[in-house]
Formats: sequence, structure tokens, C-alpha cells
Amino acid sequence: MTGSNRGGEVSIRDLSKSFSLGGRQLAVLRTLNLDIRSGECLVIVGASGSGKTTLLRILAGLEAADSGGVAIDGKPVHGVGAERAVIFQEPRLLPWLTVLGNVAFGLEVRGVPKKQAEERARFYVGLVGLAEFADAFPNQLSGGMAQRVGIARALTVQPEILLLDEPLGALDAMTKIGMQEELARIWSEENVTMVMVTHDLEEAIYLADRVLILPKEKGGAARLIDIDVPRPRERSESRFVHYREELLREFGLH
Amino acid sequence: MTMTLQHIERPAIIGTHGNGTRLAADFLRWNGRAAVRFLSRYGVLVGFLVLWQLASSVGWVNASVLPPVDKIVAALWKGLIGGALLGDISISLQRAGIAFAAAVAVAIPLGLFMGQVRAVETAFDPILQVFRQTSALALYPVFILLLGLGETSKIFVIFWATLFPLLLNTTSGVKEVDPKLLEMARVYGASRLTIFRRVVLPGAVPSIFVGLRLSATTALLLLIASEMIGANKGIGFQVMNAQYNFQIPLMFAAIVILAGLGLIANQALVVLQRRLCRWSNPVN
Repeated sequence: MTGSNRGGEVSIRDLSKSFSLGGRQLAVLRTLNLDIRSGECLVIVGASGSGKTTLLRILAGLEAADSGGVAIDGKPVHGVGAERAVIFQEPRLLPWLTVLGNVAFGLEVRGVPKKQAEERARFYVGLVGLAEFADAFPNQLSGGMAQRVGIARALTVQPEILLLDEPLGALDAMTKIGMQEELARIWSEENVTMVMVTHDLEEAIYLADRVLILPKEKGGAARLIDIDVPRPRERSESRFVHYREELLREFGLH
Repeated sequence: MTMTLQHIERPAIIGTHGNGTRLAADFLRWNGRAAVRFLSRYGVLVGFLVLWQLASSVGWVNASVLPPVDKIVAALWKGLIGGALLGDISISLQRAGIAFAAAVAVAIPLGLFMGQVRAVETAFDPILQVFRQTSALALYPVFILLLGLGETSKIFVIFWATLFPLLLNTTSGVKEVDPKLLEMARVYGASRLTIFRRVVLPGAVPSIFVGLRLSATTALLLLIASEMIGANKGIGFQVMNAQYNFQIPLMFAAIVILAGLGLIANQALVVLQRRLCRWSNPVN
């Protein structure tokens, strides 16, 4: 789990990004500096408008920074890359492909022959518990199942870094808790660096090695909190509750 | 499916007593249910035909203008079996078929291209809107002047009218592919060509089929119109000719054939679409 000899180390240097909104420049990220360790699970929280999704999209290579930059294992990031995979808030499945076809899609796009791609895809379809649904089409799946397919698709390309943009945000509370457990299990089994955006503080504490809190106001500084709770984590445990209160206080809610 | 299940399960469950009578009862009930289903779907159509037959034979309407159904069926039978109408069907199918195929060959590649390249779409959209709104029938005299009164102008006018529904539906099908899916493919490193082949094209297929079905209907419509002017063969010609010669049952027979061709073309496209789009919601 330390994954020291595996890649997936991210360094963010003086990263800034602003958007123009009605002629006004709106800074969402201001000279952010951060090192993400290989194999760690970093969860980004922050009020809406704090730029957490923007940060993730820059890490994914879907957006460019205004200044500063990101390097992965020492190499500067320009655009998307094979060592990264993204799990979006929506499953984003191709409706004309079966579950297996969707999971194999990422590999096929990268030039892996269909047979081989499907073989590996079948393993990950099983890993997310959908073996029986391999031949189903997306419109036959529930929201939680569809999101599992999206997760399996990302895992199948065996990335060093898994970027998750509020992946459980659209799910109902019960499904969500089950999926959090599943993500924790996948992260520990797959030895992957995980960077996840969420607005659910409990989810952050449940999954994170460290939580990054992005400031909302101008001049505010980003804060990192180490989550020192043994795994598997218990939501009712005193340290867990302690962190929840700390995070709530951070957002001025407690 | 439910019916087969029932037939397999029933005798096994009540196998100990009165097998034969139960089976007979099941059979009757099965027939009854099929009849109900048939009537709920085709009842109105059958009623319409019965009413027509009655109205014509009893004399509520002028039987020489609206001949009874049995006379029309007889004329249809004679035309098909005797072969008198077969030549007309063949030439009509040829005209509509060539025009439709040409429209498909032009409109689908062009539509895919226009949907992908914004500049091309912007440049072509105004002129296409003008062409689309100009009735193909109004242009038919122009085509006759340019191409003569023969086959070419007939095929061209059908081609012209079928081109636009297909072109516009293909273009919008491409444009309406979910950008989130495109981004997903991009994240996995897909090239432009791969994204087109694996995301854009399959995503546009349902919309292309809407265009195909509209075009097929339009093709038959324009076929008849073009065959009513300067033709001496074809179903459209037969409709006009039979009317001139007051062979009213034959005229209706030709009209029935037209309706039949329309139904067959549409059904063929529906079946093809089901084949290609098993994943989408079933088409009506």
C-alpha cells in the first residue's frame, strides 16, 4: 500500500486558474502547492466555487492551468495521459455497448485487441460485483450499478492515478455507503493513487489518508488534514467523529 | 413467452386430473386472448373495411366511385396474378429505389461531415434551409426543363425531396451526441477518428433512422407525383390512367399497392433499426 516503487506521484506547483465571468476575472485556484504521495488517497473538499472540480480537471489534463503546473513522477502534464483515469459524477456509459463492452472500451481505445481487452474487462466487471450483468445494456442498470461500470472501466486500464469527480454524488444514501466501502476496498487492493473530489465530509474521512480543504474566500489558504484512523474505518468510532467535527468547524458549521 | 410458459407448466401441475379437458380449455382461452389482442390492434381497420363494403354494396355511396372492397381486391388480384401491374410495380420501385439509394449515398456522408465540422455546417445551413423549404414538386418543371421528361428528371425530383430529411437528421444526430461521452473517450486517449467511429457514429444512428423513415415516405410520395406527369408506366401512372378510363377498382388497386409499399418500406426500416439499435428504447 505504500507503493513506493510504483509511480503515481503528483506534484502541483504554483498552480493558478481563473475564469472570466461576465467580463470579470474570477480566480478559483491561487498558487496552489501540493505533493500527492504515490498510492495515497487524497480527498479534496471545499465549498462550491472553491475550484475542487477545476483542480481535478487540470490533473486529468482536460483543462490547462493559467500559470504553474502539474508533474506526474517528475514529468510535466500536458493533456490526458495513459497513467491517469477519470471517474466522473455521471457514469458516462456508451448506451450501445454492453457492460462488458463499456468496461473494455478504454483498453480498446488504447489499442488492446478486443479479445484481450474483454478478458481483462471481465475481471474488473467481477471485481465491482457485476459479473451477472456483463451482457446487459446500460439502460437496464440502476444508477449505482451504472456507476460501478464506470469505475470498472477506469480500473481496467490499470492507471497509476485514479481521479474521481464526486463519483457518488448522484447516488442515494444507502447505495452511497455501500459504494464508499467498495471504493475503500478497491483502493487497498489496486495499489493506486486516488484523488477524489467530494462534498460529503463523512465520505472524505472514510476514504482519505489526507483531506485537502480548498478555501472559498480570497486570500484564504488551502489546508491539509491527516486522517489518522485505522482501516477499515468505523463511522461511529470516536476519532472518526472527532475528524468530522474538525471538518465541520473548518466550514464554520459547528 | 408467457404463452409458451403456460403450455409447459400447466399440464405438469395439474397432470393428475382431467388433462385433456384442461388442455382444451387452455387452448380456447389462448385463442380468445389472441382474438382480443388482434381486435384491439386491427379492430378499427377491419370495421372501416366492413363499413366501406356495406356502404358501397347497399348503396349509401355511389358504387361506381367507391366500389365495394371485394371488387377492389378482385382487381388487385387480377393485376398481380395476371401480371398487368407487376411491370408498373417494378419500374416504380426502380425509380424510387435509385433515388433513395442516391440520397442515402450523398446525405449520410455529407451529414456526418457537416455535423462534425462546424464551419461547414455554418456555411451550408442557410442554403440548405432555402432548398428544404422549396417544394420539390414546384421544382419538378425546372428539372424537366433541365433533364428532359424521361427517367432522369423523375429520379432526380425524388432524390431531391428525399435528400433533405436525411441530411438534416444525420447532421443533428451527430451534433446531439452527448459531449460528456466525447470527453470520456478523450480521457482514454481516443483519437479524433476513434471518437468518430466509436462514439459519434453509433450515437447518431437513431437520428439517421428517423431521417431514413421520413425519406422513404417522401420517396413514395414524390414517386406518384412524378409518375402522374409524362409517364406511361408505373403505379402513379396507373392511378391516373385507370381514373381516365374509369376503371375505378383498378385505380383503387394501384392505391392499395402504394400503401402496401409504404408499409413494407417502413417496416423494413423498423426491423433494421431494431437490429442495429438493440440498446435503445424500442421504436414504436
